[in-house]
Amino acid sequence: MNVKVRYFAAFREATGCETETLATSAVSPAELFAECAKRHAGLASYSSSLVAINDEMAGWEATLKDGDEVLFFPPVAGG
Amino acid sequence: MKAFEISSEPIDLQAFRQKLLDRSCGAYVQFDGWVRDHNEGQKVLRLEYEVYEPMAVKEGTRILDEARERFGISNAFAIHRSGLMELSEVAVVVAVSSPHRGEAFDACRYIIDQAKIRLPIWKKEYYESGKAEWVNCQRCARSNN
Repeated sequence: MNVKVRYFAAFREATGCETETLATSAVSPAELFAECAKRHAGLASYSSSLVAINDEMAGWEATLKDGDEVLFFPPVAGG
Repeated sequence: MKAFEISSEPIDLQAFRQKLLDRSCGAYVQFDGWVRDHNEGQKVLRLEYEVYEPMAVKEGTRILDEARERFGISNAFAIHRSGLMELSEVAVVVAVSSPHRGEAFDACRYIIDQAKIRLPIWKKEYYESGKAEWVNCQRCARSNN
């Protein structure tokens, strides 16, 4: 299946891209993040973040579907 | 003016007061977050907020709804800046009105505390040393520096 991945802030700088579409067999955001960390060496040093799917916060073990947009958030720092 | 907003322009502080003014309210509490010139031992020159607006607005609105429900306040508004900011600029404002002061203070505190941990907003600090870092990411990004 194909999923769209979106990176923010430190993650965008680490990967050098904002979005990418991947053909993947990852069933969860956790597996997908591990795949992305293999594609982008800069991402491998990041251990913690939040994840959202199609603009809703999600768990790392959520089930991915074809066409999902997965958003990887580095630690937030508003205010 | 919506309940929760992201703005790339300087915040109009007077607009908040006018919007929340209410004859049934005896208390108005406003928190302003300013851009500070130091953080964790480093001199900060300016900073930059990256905001994922669709989800920040959704989650921010949710936090304000929770505050209304929990504390029984009359009204609440909040606004957060995006983009580049200079020292002493107002980065975030939370404003609450209610019949009495206790719940207004409590709700204001709740909103800013939740905003800091739940909104998809990232802060990059530019230091006097010439370095720049995403706040809260130092540990996980150590090998990239």
